[in-house]
Amino acid sequence: MKKLRVIAGAIAASLPALALAGYDVNIPAPKTPISMQIYGLHMEILWVCLAIFVVVFGVMFYSLFAHRKSKGAVAANFHENHLVEVIWTLIPFVILAVIAFPATRTVLAMKDASNPDMTIKVTAYQWKWQYDYLNDGVKLYATLSTPRDQIGSPEEHGKITNEHYLLETDNNVVVPVGKKIRLLITANDVIHGWYVPQLGVNQYGIPGFIKDTWFQANEAGIYRGQCSQICGKEHGYMPIVVEAKSPEDYAAWVKEQKAKQAEAAQPADKVSMADTTAR
Amino acid sequence: MEAAHAHAHDDHHHAPAGIGRYFTTTNHKDIGSMYMWFSLIMFFVGGFMALVIRAELFQPGIQIVNPDVFNQLTTIHALVMIFGAVMPAFVGYANWQIPLMVGASDMAFARMNNWSFWLMPPAAALLVGSFLVPGGAAGSGWTLYPPLSIQGGISVDMTILAVHIMGASSIMGSINIITTILNMRAPGMTLMRMPMFVWTWLITAYLLIAVMPVLAGAVTMLLTDRHFGTHFFNAAGGGDPTMFMHIFWFFGHPEVYIMILPAFGIISHIIPTFARKPLFGYASMVYATASIALLSFIVWGHHMFTVGMPAAGNLFFMYATMLIAVPTGVKVFNWIATLWKGSITFETPMLFAIGFVSLFTIGGFSGLVLAVTPVDITLHNTYYVVAHFHYVLFSGAIFSIMGGAYYWLPKWTGHMYDETLGKVHFWLTAISFNITFFPQHFLGLAGMPRRIPDYAPQFTEFNQISSIGAFLLGFSQLLFLYVVIKCIRGGVKAEAKAWEGAEGLEWTVPSPAPYHTFETPPAFH
Repeated sequence: MKKLRVIAGAIAASLPALALAGYDVNIPAPKTPISMQIYGLHMEILWVCLAIFVVVFGVMFYSLFAHRKSKGAVAANFHENHLVEVIWTLIPFVILAVIAFPATRTVLAMKDASNPDMTIKVTAYQWKWQYDYLNDGVKLYATLSTPRDQIGSPEEHGKITNEHYLLETDNNVVVPVGKKIRLLITANDVIHGWYVPQLGVNQYGIPGFIKDTWFQANEAGIYRGQCSQICGKEHGYMPIVVEAKSPEDYAAWVKEQKAKQAEAAQPADKVSMADTTAR
Repeated sequence: MEAAHAHAHDDHHHAPAGIGRYFTTTNHKDIGSMYMWFSLIMFFVGGFMALVIRAELFQPGIQIVNPDVFNQLTTIHALVMIFGAVMPAFVGYANWQIPLMVGASDMAFARMNNWSFWLMPPAAALLVGSFLVPGGAAGSGWTLYPPLSIQGGISVDMTILAVHIMGASSIMGSINIITTILNMRAPGMTLMRMPMFVWTWLITAYLLIAVMPVLAGAVTMLLTDRHFGTHFFNAAGGGDPTMFMHIFWFFGHPEVYIMILPAFGIISHIIPTFARKPLFGYASMVYATASIALLSFIVWGHHMFTVGMPAAGNLFFMYATMLIAVPTGVKVFNWIATLWKGSITFETPMLFAIGFVSLFTIGGFSGLVLAVTPVDITLHNTYYVVAHFHYVLFSGAIFSIMGGAYYWLPKWTGHMYDETLGKVHFWLTAISFNITFFPQHFLGLAGMPRRIPDYAPQFTEFNQISSIGAFLLGFSQLLFLYVVIKCIRGGVKAEAKAWEGAEGLEWTVPSPAPYHTFETPPAFH
């Protein structure tokens, strides 16, 4: 009893720490129709597994408790029972079918990138992302914006002060809320993975090939992710930050980007023919 | 001097004395022991790498190793553990146990057996030694996906060569095992009366022969892409990086079962022994093992759901993968039915077997979660996957290897191991294993990718718990080493039948098993 109280006390004492840490023990809040389905599927399977676990291991631990030699248990000598064996083969089939049905629906929905409202081409590099907004003509590169001295090295340790350490970029991918956005994902050197959990997207970018996927953010917000496929020494340092804005704000952002691009293009116009040939 | 020499010669007239014995031996027991020592050494080498990884991940930021070294450590840790620790351990068991269990005098090809083993140390030297070459070891992850692996230095070639050599060793070992099982069983031991461990290894050996050449092909194409101007995996030359993944995982998924089927076999001996009751469904266990092996050939695509396969491909691989849950469930139910109404005692091997059934099943459940394509897509290459395969490989394969070691040590050494220390080792291992790997499920769900040397601060707490667990887990294994050495050097004399409930031919020979056993086939009833 005393022991129990100590354990309970330890758990209670650690609760505030857990709450303070604020870390998730589940898939982060889903923000697209697909990621909501994924979340639901995961919960469904988790409960099914938990139920099986309780039943099966209930039986096992009961047996371990009740059929101990030290309690005088004498071994029975039964083995093979066709009825039991058929039943415990068939029941899993039924359970699997129950899981497979909704999962199939989600797979089909995920793969259907047709009729998008807009398309963004994503090109991965070692170690940054390039985004080409095919409809709006915006082009940007996104690289990690966390300063190197916060990351540190074995010789000189860093001090982490940024709130979104490692999950922040110099240019966020801005998208309009409520629009179906198709991503055409590729890479220019090695395989990378465009992974944003809350949007339910995790898609390899494969050099020489273009793969499509899609998402539709339900609400405005900033959604963070990372490269999901090892791509060399900076693999841990190529985050993805998606900023979902209202269509009006998005339009304003496009305008601003285009103005910036035009400005950046200016000096290039002034280069003389002589300069070009000299280079 | 002359007389002493002659006398020594007389005692061991089949084997040269001293170190030379181990280079030239063709004895299945010697070779089995060498495989196991090799495995244990590699287990500590791979474990050391794991501890460096966990030390770096103790907090965000870079503290101990640079990111490129970190990648090298994760890559070589995996290869060392898979090819150096788990597989050789099971081959060691096959060498020691299969002849004893089927009543054969030795393995069918005794001299090839010697070569199978002696290929392993050079391969391991190439793999571990690649840390010392310019540029360091291969850092592409153990899957060696191109084009990243094309970028690597000479260490990638060393890794490819090591994989080739270990593959050759595995194929030779498998041919040996199949031939021994099919041709050298005691009269009266029909296939359906073979011990379960022998069945699982027969099926495993066929898997190895089927897939090791596939891996060899994949890495050879990698080698020619690297050095001889071919473009198997280079889109610019008409190749396809995705093709490497398909070929690799056509090997890689059966490989997973290569590392777990013999474990099922070992557990199927330990549980009946300490429940003092025969295995509940022998025939259904055999069929379940065979079904798992067959299914393992058609599920490789579940490692590639994020590649962008067509919907039909994703669905096929999802359904096929989910099907594996059925025969695996049959196995777990059989073990539990074997426990039911037994007369159960909890010696160390039994503790490991129960730990295996409980924790491997957790790995099975997370496998079911990952089988479902949409959920896999959000968990792919996160720590959830890391947690999943460590539940399958550590609390699966390695628990069975350790349980099996405690189970058969009396037969191998002639002494009982220290039961108290064995139990302490089990509890330390089981508890620290869960401290290490259970929190990784949460990290993965929250979206922490695997193979990153540094992470966002919200992942800190679980990583710290995991790292503390890893150090406990790592150092607990030194206790295992101590118990094994202590058992070899002395202890309570073991009976021929070391365990009250043990069944099988290996328990009919004295403990320790003499250098030569079953020179004439035993009677099998």
